[in-house]
Amino acid sequence: MGSLETLVAQIQGLSSSAGDISRLHVILKQAEDSLRSESTRLSPILSQLDPSIHSLGYLYILEACTSVPISKEQAATLVPYVARFISFCVPEQIRLAPDKFISVCKRFKEQVVLLDAPIRGVAPMLAAVQKLQSSSEHLTSLHPEFLLLCLLAKCYKTGMSILEDDIFEVDQPRDFFLYCYYGGMICIGQKRFRKALELLHNAVTAPMSNINAIAIEAYKKYIMVSLIHHGQFSTSLPKYTSSAAQRHLKNFCQPYIDLAVSYSTGKIAELEACIQTNREHFESDNNFGLVKQVVSSMYKRNIQRLTQTYLTLSLQDIANTVQLNSPKEAEMHVLQMIQDGEIFATINQKDGMVRFLEDPEQYKTCEMIEHIDSSIQRIMALSRKLTAIDEQISCDPLYLAKAGRERQRFDFDDFDTVPQKFNI
Amino acid sequence: MEPEDEIHANGGVEDEEGSMSRSSRPIISSGEQLDVEAYASLYQGRTKIMRLLFIADHCEDHPAMRVEALRMAYDEIKKGENTQLFREVVQKIDGKLGPDYGMDSAWCDMVDRRAELKKEKLENELNAYRTNLIKESIRMGYNDFGDFYYAHGALGDAFKNYVRTRDYCTTSKHIIHMCMSAILVSIEMGQFTHVTSYVSKAEQSPEALDPITAARLRCAAGLAHLEAKKYKLAARKFLETGPELGSHYNDVIAPQDVATYGGLCALASFDRTELKNKVIDNVHFRNFLELVPEVRELINDFYSSHYASCLDYLGNLKANLLLDIHLHDHVETLYDQIRNKALIQYTHPFVSVDMRMMANAFKTSIAGLEKELEALITDNQIQARIDSHNKILYARHADQRNATFQRVLQTGNEFDRDVRSMLLRADLIKHEYNHRARKL
Repeated sequence: MGSLETLVAQIQGLSSSAGDISRLHVILKQAEDSLRSESTRLSPILSQLDPSIHSLGYLYILEACTSVPISKEQAATLVPYVARFISFCVPEQIRLAPDKFISVCKRFKEQVVLLDAPIRGVAPMLAAVQKLQSSSEHLTSLHPEFLLLCLLAKCYKTGMSILEDDIFEVDQPRDFFLYCYYGGMICIGQKRFRKALELLHNAVTAPMSNINAIAIEAYKKYIMVSLIHHGQFSTSLPKYTSSAAQRHLKNFCQPYIDLAVSYSTGKIAELEACIQTNREHFESDNNFGLVKQVVSSMYKRNIQRLTQTYLTLSLQDIANTVQLNSPKEAEMHVLQMIQDGEIFATINQKDGMVRFLEDPEQYKTCEMIEHIDSSIQRIMALSRKLTAIDEQISCDPLYLAKAGRERQRFDFDDFDTVPQKFNI
Repeated sequence: MEPEDEIHANGGVEDEEGSMSRSSRPIISSGEQLDVEAYASLYQGRTKIMRLLFIADHCEDHPAMRVEALRMAYDEIKKGENTQLFREVVQKIDGKLGPDYGMDSAWCDMVDRRAELKKEKLENELNAYRTNLIKESIRMGYNDFGDFYYAHGALGDAFKNYVRTRDYCTTSKHIIHMCMSAILVSIEMGQFTHVTSYVSKAEQSPEALDPITAARLRCAAGLAHLEAKKYKLAARKFLETGPELGSHYNDVIAPQDVATYGGLCALASFDRTELKNKVIDNVHFRNFLELVPEVRELINDFYSSHYASCLDYLGNLKANLLLDIHLHDHVETLYDQIRNKALIQYTHPFVSVDMRMMANAFKTSIAGLEKELEALITDNQIQARIDSHNKILYARHADQRNATFQRVLQTGNEFDRDVRSMLLRADLIKHEYNHRARKL
């Protein structure tokens, strides 16, 4: 087929300067249909191209290759190609056709899942995310895909590297929900409960006109993580939460709300009883592991409460108050908590006493000052950003048109006040 | 249960009572069983019957007392016209008091028949007044109807009729009369929200209230606050009650009750200076306290930190307070609060407290004390920590500097998190808005 060869030649010829590449892009767009129709014959061509030079052309051909459903064997041959392409391609070129790149990456993800080897996709996907995003604040459609792969492959640490970045720009609300949900799960896996809580909270309180399944699942996890991390849960959502969420979320999560209620009694027995009655529910939601963590957090919480009250307490008494079976078990709990820095105490094994100490942090060390300083810097940067965005919004023609229409009867002077319409 | 005999029979405690004049005999005597007859003599009207019945219902352990209360209730009802209540009492007596206290159908029929006639007469009168449009007469008519229903135990109807007189009140005196009637009925019905609103209505009247009415209103307001568990407000109202009250309001409350209710509520809710200024140094209230020396003593004990004897007095009073129609629901709460207050006050001045001594002072075991202290510390009412090994309580002074650092860092984190999620939401809203704009 002549046209295919010409196309390859064009790709090879027009991949150097920026002008050439935009011409090539036009040509490729025109050739898209014909490429698709010949998708079966395309794989040999790929070997003639170098992904690090002919990224755009390579992307189009790869997209056409993967556009048809493929078998497991084909996937096995294709995956290395895609992986190589993702790691070598030039970001500037692929960003000309982000849709193509996203669909190639999504199919790549499906293929590694199909091959039961999600771990093979983790590194290329991370590279893909980094190549596609214009800045680290940009949430791409590949973020949730990448996080899902991390979850499947249990590579939580790799996933965390993406979650550390603050996100401020979102392409698709759906991506955002999934990002928060998967991100929350990864943080739970890493026991970074504060971050998990933040992500899940964002998913629950995000603006939505209709309730969605992701938000519901996020809310369930949010309840439990809140119990684990704070030891309490308040059913009232902040007032900026969408009315859809405020109205419906609780109806879908009754067992979890019951769990929170029984947790608040502080009695292990009641918590266990509640878990037994709702066990099927938790298991079918795949949340039973988290429920178990809720239980163990209650022991911790009860022991922590003792440190506020007692200076010394025998292990036997600890076991009695927190309803553990034996002093030995209490000792293990206390030991673990000392190790994790959750309480400050010393155990005297001779007479079985625990002496609780005050928090030794005096806020005098250099590290602490540095930590505080970095927090201050960070918050200053954040508030600069806030001002910038505020200015940007108040200059936004769309916003002005809307605000102007609603507030016609006021003077022009009113226009520069802070927008009241958006309840954010 | 002859009071005179009792005084001769028991010396000691009873002497104290004997020294009081007969009319102001303390009804709640320490540790002794409630003297039902003396208690009942403090009240009149419907509340007397209801209080007696209440005692009968709540003293299963003392059959003698129960029977005695029922007998007196029976006698009292016989004086009135409430056949419904009569039947109930007869059912409760169940023949235990012999043939004299059985069902008297003839009496019932007679009373009922008379009531029918009277009702008819009142109706006719009222209709006549209404056609003549004489305001004062209509008011009187409704008022008579109210009295009639009240006497026959139809409290709801009585209340309606009393309230109806309101449209025909011409002087503020009438309004106050209406309010007092409504308050009386509401208290009997247990509708304490009505009580509050009619008390405030009466207090708004343009003319100055005479001291007796003012005192009665204070008592009613105090009762309403007590029922609403607002002990501090209740204490204030009872403490403001003037000594003019005397036995003028004994169809609702006796001056002894004012002392008990007011004293206990004040102990439970006032701080030390307030207790001194408003209770102990209160000349008017002292008169009330004289009627119930136990309460006076226990307040003084509390103030002078003799907790053991204070708690003793409280313990002795408890059984009888539980038989009080208004206070019984609140005894446990009030007692708990008083005890907690005592514990807090005890620990307050010390850097370290030996729990053995403290347990002695409070007549409790060390383990029990530890539990109580634990609850108070968890509640942040006592700033201290327990050395369970050596049984010593150490005061703990919050380190302001560290706490401030901690709070600053936490606030910073929260701000950080909130701003970020707010910016995200703003972006999502913008996105949604653009999306819609593109669709349009």
